[in-house]
Parts: sequence; C-alpha cells; structure tokens
Amino acid sequence: MENHGSLKSYVTGFVLSIILTIIPLLLVTNHALSKGMLIVAIMTMAVLQFVIQLVFFMHIRESEKPRYNVFALTLGIVFVITIVVGSMWIMTFNSVVQ
Amino acid sequence: MWEKIKDFSSGFFVTGEPMIYGADVAIVLVSLAIVYVLTRYKKWGWLWREWLTTVDHKKIGIMYIIAALLMLFRGGVDALLMRTQLALPNQHFLDSNHYNEIFTTHGTIMILFMAMPLMFGLFNIAVPLQIGARDVAYPFLNAVSFWMFFFGALLFNLSFVIGGSPNAGWLSYPPLSEIPYSSGPGQNFYVWGINISGIGSTATGINFLVTILKMRAPGMKLMKMPLFTWSVLASCILIIFTFPVFTATLAMLYIDRFLGGHFFTMTGAGNPMMYINLIWMWGHPEVYIVVLPAFGIFSEVVATFSKKKIFGYKSMVFSLILISVISYFTWAHHFFTMGAGADVNTFFAIATMAIAIPTGVKIFNWLFTMYKGRIEFSQPMLWTIGFIVCFVIGGATGVMLSIAPADYQYHNSYFLIAHFHNTLIGGVVFAYLAGLIYWWPKMFGFKLNDRLGKWAFWFWNIGFYVCFLPQYALGFMGMTRRLYTYGWDRGWAPLNFVSTIGAFLMGIGFIFQAVQIIYSIKHGEKDTTGDPWNGRTLEWSIPSPAPHYNFAVVPYAPEQDAWWEMKKKMQDPDYKKEKVELEPIHMPKNTGIPFIMSFFWFIAGFGFTFEWVWMIVVGLIGVAATMFARSFQYDDDYYIPVEEIKETESAMGRVV
Amino acid sequence: MMSAITSQHDHHVEELESLKVTGFWIFLVTDCLIFGTLFATYAVLVNHIANGPSGKEIFELSGVTWETFILLTSSFTSGLAMLAMHKGNKKQIINWLIVTILLGMSFVGLEVREFAQMVDEGATISTSAFLTAFFTLVGTHGLHVSLGILWMIGLIIQLFQRGLNVKTKRKLTVIGLYWHFLDVVWIFIFTIVYLMGVM
Repeated sequence: MENHGSLKSYVTGFVLSIILTIIPLLLVTNHALSKGMLIVAIMTMAVLQFVIQLVFFMHIRESEKPRYNVFALTLGIVFVITIVVGSMWIMTFNSVVQ
Repeated sequence: MWEKIKDFSSGFFVTGEPMIYGADVAIVLVSLAIVYVLTRYKKWGWLWREWLTTVDHKKIGIMYIIAALLMLFRGGVDALLMRTQLALPNQHFLDSNHYNEIFTTHGTIMILFMAMPLMFGLFNIAVPLQIGARDVAYPFLNAVSFWMFFFGALLFNLSFVIGGSPNAGWLSYPPLSEIPYSSGPGQNFYVWGINISGIGSTATGINFLVTILKMRAPGMKLMKMPLFTWSVLASCILIIFTFPVFTATLAMLYIDRFLGGHFFTMTGAGNPMMYINLIWMWGHPEVYIVVLPAFGIFSEVVATFSKKKIFGYKSMVFSLILISVISYFTWAHHFFTMGAGADVNTFFAIATMAIAIPTGVKIFNWLFTMYKGRIEFSQPMLWTIGFIVCFVIGGATGVMLSIAPADYQYHNSYFLIAHFHNTLIGGVVFAYLAGLIYWWPKMFGFKLNDRLGKWAFWFWNIGFYVCFLPQYALGFMGMTRRLYTYGWDRGWAPLNFVSTIGAFLMGIGFIFQAVQIIYSIKHGEKDTTGDPWNGRTLEWSIPSPAPHYNFAVVPYAPEQDAWWEMKKKMQDPDYKKEKVELEPIHMPKNTGIPFIMSFFWFIAGFGFTFEWVWMIVVGLIGVAATMFARSFQYDDDYYIPVEEIKETESAMGRVV
Repeated sequence: MMSAITSQHDHHVEELESLKVTGFWIFLVTDCLIFGTLFATYAVLVNHIANGPSGKEIFELSGVTWETFILLTSSFTSGLAMLAMHKGNKKQIINWLIVTILLGMSFVGLEVREFAQMVDEGATISTSAFLTAFFTLVGTHGLHVSLGILWMIGLIIQLFQRGLNVKTKRKLTVIGLYWHFLDVVWIFIFTIVYLMGVM
C-alpha cells in the first residue's frame, strides 16, 4: 500500500476543511447572499471539501495504476447525480400536477 | 392455553387453502426425507465439510444452479396455476387474493430467485476458468453471497405457508404495499427476503468486477478476454451501481411499515410515485443485468458451434458497454402514464429507443458469425437460434412500447406481458439453459443427453409462441394484466385457452429437462478430454470436472480465443511442450462463517417480518458476532503441495 | 529455496491484501449509492411537512456545528493513526484510534441528543414525509458511524494481540477509508440538510 501522505498533507487537508466549513456557516447564518446564490456557494464549497478530503485524506492521487477505484468513484458520482437530479426532475412535474 | 396456541397458529400459519395444506405436508415430508437420508448414510459431516463450508467457486456455482432450478419449478408451477385459472372465463380455481399472491410470487421468484442465482451460478462456474484464474478475488465473500441468497430466498418462500405471501405485485407498489392495505407480514417477507439476498448480489458484483479486472492470466488483456467474461464485467458494473438503490428503497418501504414513516404513504405528505421512480431506477438496469450475460453466453456458443471467431469482437464489447450505460437512463419508461410530463417522457422514450441500436448490432454480429461457419446444431446452438427469433420479437415490441403516447394504450396490458416474456424467456432463460448445457460437462464430467434435450427445446420453443403470441392480441383486445378472471362477453376466451395450452407445453419441456438430468447422471456421455465441444476458451484446457485448484500451471494467454490458438500451436509438427516447474498453490480454507452469519440474518429477517423485537435483536447480535469472529480469523489459507498437484493431474490423465 | 518460497508467499499475501483495499473502494461506491438514494428521497420530500414542523423550526445549527467539527477532527485523527502506521509505531496508532473513537462517540452522543429533543418536541419519524426522510438519512449516517466505532475497537484488540503485520495494516487502511468516507457524507448532510434547511 503506497498511499502514504505526510503530516503536512493531513494538516493541510484539515485546515482547508475547517475553512470550507466555516465559510458556508457564516454565509448562511448572516444571510449574506440571495437564496439561489447561497445554495450555489455552499454546494460548491461542499464539493471542494469533498475533493480536498479525497486528495489529502484518502490519497486518491497515489493509488497504483490502473486506477480502477478512481474510475469506479467517478462513475458512482455520475450515477448519484443522475439519481438525485433525475428524481427531482421527474417528481417536480408530479407535484405541479397535484 | 390451548386457545392461545390455536389463535396464534391460525394467524401464523396460512389456513383455509387445500393447496397450501398440501404444500405444508410436502414440505414436512421432504424435510424429514432429507434428514433421514443424511443420517442413514452418515453424510452430515460430508455436507458440512464439502458444501456448507466451501469457498470453492465451482461448488458455489453448483449450489446456485440447484437452488435456481428448484425455484424455476416453483415459479413455473405458479405460472401454470395462473394459466389454469385464466384458461376459461369466470373460473373459481383461484380466488382473487390467491391469484394476486401467485402472480406476485411468480414474478419475484423468477427474476430474483431463479434468473439471478442461475446467472451467478454460471458466473462462478465459468468466469475464473475462462480468465485462467485459480479463484475469484474474494472466496469468502463469494460464499457469503450464496448463503445470503439461500436464506433470503428461504425467507421469501416460507411466506407461502407461514404468515401469508405478499400480494402486491413483484415490485410491491405503495400505497397497496403500505400498512393500511397490506397489514400482514407478507410485504415484510418480501422486503427482507429480497434485501438479505440483495446483499449477496451486490457482493457478487464487487467480487467478479475485481476478479475480472485483476486476476486474469498473464498476457490476457481486456480486449482479448472471452466475450462471456466481458458481459459479466458489464453486468457487474450494473449490479454495483443499481442494487444499492433497490436495497435503500425497500428499506424505506419497511420504515414506513415498521416505524410509521411517510415516505410513500397517502398520508403525512408521502409520495408513492417516488417509490415507483426509485424502484425502476433499479428495475430497468436489473433486466440488463440478467440479459447481458445471456448475450455473452450466445457469443461463446455461436463462435464454438460455428467453428469461427466471433464477428466484430470490438463492436461486441463496445455495444455491451453502451447498453450498460444507456440502460441507466431509461427507467421512466416503466411509468410513462404516471404524469411526469411530456418532456420527461420524451427524454426517456428516446433513450429507450436508442438502446435497441447496440442490441441490434449484437444480433447482426451473431448472424455474421454463423454465415459461412461450419454450424453444428448442438443443444446450445438450438437454444441460440430459438433466442434470436424470440428475443428480436421482444425487442421490436419493446420499441413499440417505448413510444410514450402509444404506451398509453399498451401499458399494463397483456401486450406488455407478452413483450417482457419474449425478452426474459427468449433472451434470458434460453441463454441460461444453453449455458447450463454448454458448461455442464465442465461441472460434472459428463454431457447432458442430446435426444431428451432436443425434445425439451422444441416443447419450450413451440410452447412459448403458443403461450405468448396470443397475449399480444389479447393486449390489443383490452385485456389488462393482473386480472384474475374475465367474462364470456369479452371475447378473450379462445386466445386465453390457447395461451394456457402453450404454458403446459413449456411445462412438459421442463419435465423433459428434469428427466434429462436424471437420465444423464447414469447414462450421460463422459467427458474424458475436458474439451467436449472443441471449444475456444481456457475453461476447456483443463480436465472435467475441474480440479479444485483449477490450473496446475497458470496459462500464458495473450490471444483472443486463447485455447483455440493454443490447440492450433499444438498441432504444429514443430511444437515442443514447454517444461514447467510446478509450484505449491495457495488456496483459501473452508469456513462455516458465511453459512452461520447468513443463518443469523435469516433469524433477524424473520423477526423483522413478524416485528418480534426479541428475535430481531438475537439475529442482529448473531450477525455482529459472526462478523467479529471473521475479523479475528487470521488463519484462513493453506498451500497445496506439488506432490498433490501431480497426483491429481495424473489421476485425470494429465501429464504436467 | 525456502526463502524464495517465503518471499513469494509474502508477495502473494501482499497482493491479496491490496486486492482487499481495492474491493473496499468499490464497496464504498455502493454505499455512496445508498446515501445517494436517501439524498434524492430527501430532496424530493423536503417540503412535504404535512402538519409538522419544517427544518427551519427544528434544526439547531449550534449543535450541528459541534457535530461537524468533532467528526472532521476525528477524520484528521484517524489520518494521524495512519501516519503512525507508516512509521511502524503500534502504540501511537492505538492512541490515535482511541482519540478517534472518543470523538466518534461524542458525535453519536450529540446526535442522539438532537434526535431525542426533536422527538420530545413532537417531531418524530412518523410526523411527516420530510421528517421520515430526515431521520432516515441522518440516522443511517449515524448508524454507519456507530458500526465504525465497534469496528475500530475490534481492530485495536487485534493490534494488541497480533501487532503490526500485512493484514492488520490492510485493516487499518480500510477502516481509515471508511471513516473518511463517513466524514465526506456528513459534509453533504451538513450542507444539504442543515444549512439549506435553515435558509
């Protein structure tokens, strides 16, 4: 298992994650943006924090080739988005009809 | 006290139906017979050592297949009962509730407890051998998968005699499957039988995905793999990405039932349509999960029995992948009429039509392979030719159904029933039977009798059309699905009668197969070479039945149709067999944990079904304890010494 | 001769262990899909509050913020356990695992308290579709965390019994991945359920 990481990478990941948690918290509690913009902002930061943790905690860049786990994860994300967005799309019309 | 027992029993056991009393008696007698035989011949130890604790993929495959064939029998009996009830108008052979239970059980069993295990059985039998591997990636997990299936299926099957079968259709739509309309344990049997089994299915998907990606013989690149293995890879990707959706959705239904939740209820602002949306997100890929390996089997059979390389290997691979991906984006075609709106329907209609294209490519490739080949009409080849006609009809009617506005006429009519039976029987069942016959000698060392097999095929094939072609017409004539009876004034009687005859013809086909198996055990032509069909892929390079370590020497297999190419080289007069150094072979140890853990899941599932909290707790603690025990199990492998390999090989007539 | 076989055996065992890590990544993907399904259901039912309260009325951001930082820190400390593993320091691994477990237990404790409070206020799993979806999504995550804690305890015992070897190292790697994954899921719960809930 070559996925090492160093103290530096863990601390960096930790600090960045804290920042990416505090900012959305402050934005929301202070009603700093309009609702739509707020959603975009906090989702973007959530995704960023996800990537940070993948890189700095889970060492996804260091896995051995061929990188099946990266491929599987990417496909998984694609399908999760399909499930969530697809469901919202299909079910929204339903509630309009109701 | 006696009153209490009587009260409890009349709720707990299913009463009032002579057929069910008959089943009760049969179950008790068969169970006693099994216990008697095992005790009389002192086989309990053998059963435990050789089968209940095995982690050998070949044995696990055999167990899957036996279970699937038993389920095929039960699902088939369900079908005959339904067709008997519908043969003529106004019959009282089955009342409406019983009829509902039977069509629910028929669908659930055929798809989840017959097709899936039969498919997993073939995965286990063929894939490691085809890729030149000595085992799957996770042998322990493989055993877990089987026993989870077994106990999940057992739980579901018990509902018939204990508590009452589910009766809300094979997909248990709410609100019918919610407490106000289904207050008994039936729906709980459904959720838990399927979810326990489903854990096993997901695990198999992971297992074979990693096996295929990481354990191929040296030299075997992905684009040189046998097409059956490719189809298994595609199917596993589908399994991994959809079974969790099914598991979560059924769990949510159970939360509604057990904890008073409102996911899909009519009250509390629940939304039943969300269930249908989620369940079909699994449901559509599911049918591709079972049909892709079917396509893989046909690729092997067509190439082998045309004595020709498969036409268009690359396009076959590409179409498998394309079908897998597109199948994720078609699910709403199962509920076009539910009110999602025109733009939603349009998207899904087009995606559904698109999937016919790569499928068509495959059909043409098989035909082009056969063209100018030296065709041998073996049993597997007969099933293949039968498939091509039958499945194409199913595919064409599928495209008809995909036209969303037109589907407002076809939806949930007998047209739909005929369509999916054309694809499921013509595609999946025909393929798995072909695969079973094809790989049977590798499993057991003898071939299945030809004559009986061909009679079986013709009864199945002709019976199928007699049964289902009239149903297309019945659909147009307005007959909807899940009708337990109909009046003379409908004019549906003659076609229904004909359809019932077809069903019984297929039943006769099944009887021929049962006789074929029993007959062949005694008189079947022995497979002495390991290569009874003059095959093309690596499984035919080892003796039949395969030795427990599969390959004494791991082959170097850089070419497509690796075994065929090796045989060609061996015909060369200058061919010199390489001297190989045998090495001890690493094997996993047998273990009772998969069986025991799955048994505790059964206990928990039974508890969940009847909402007996003490039983739930006992079951789940048992599961946790066995998982802990496994975690602490460090001594789980051994080595086969070289001497033993040499002995085993020479006993089978091989010199290494 | 013996050493050749032994080193081959070791290499083979290492390969098998690495295979288990790969398999676990795939398992995590299936777990992603379970959570994805629960998120999709939550998204569809979030405004289906029937006669019950909405998120805004019952979510307490302060408690949730504590939970978030506790879980994040525990993810960090599990990483420190991994670093100790690469240094071969068994004692340090166990210490950091214990810290992780304690943080994890605090997280679960706070969440149980949060749920109990909601139930007390009349917001139960059977009040409305929104609440059923909420309790199921967040509760499933909490259940995963609890199972992870039990798992870590088992692993600590095995470290005491068998020390650091190829197998225990793999087990540590795997639980590390699991724990980080759970923090990732929490990021989305925090954002989509709580932050969007109080907007």
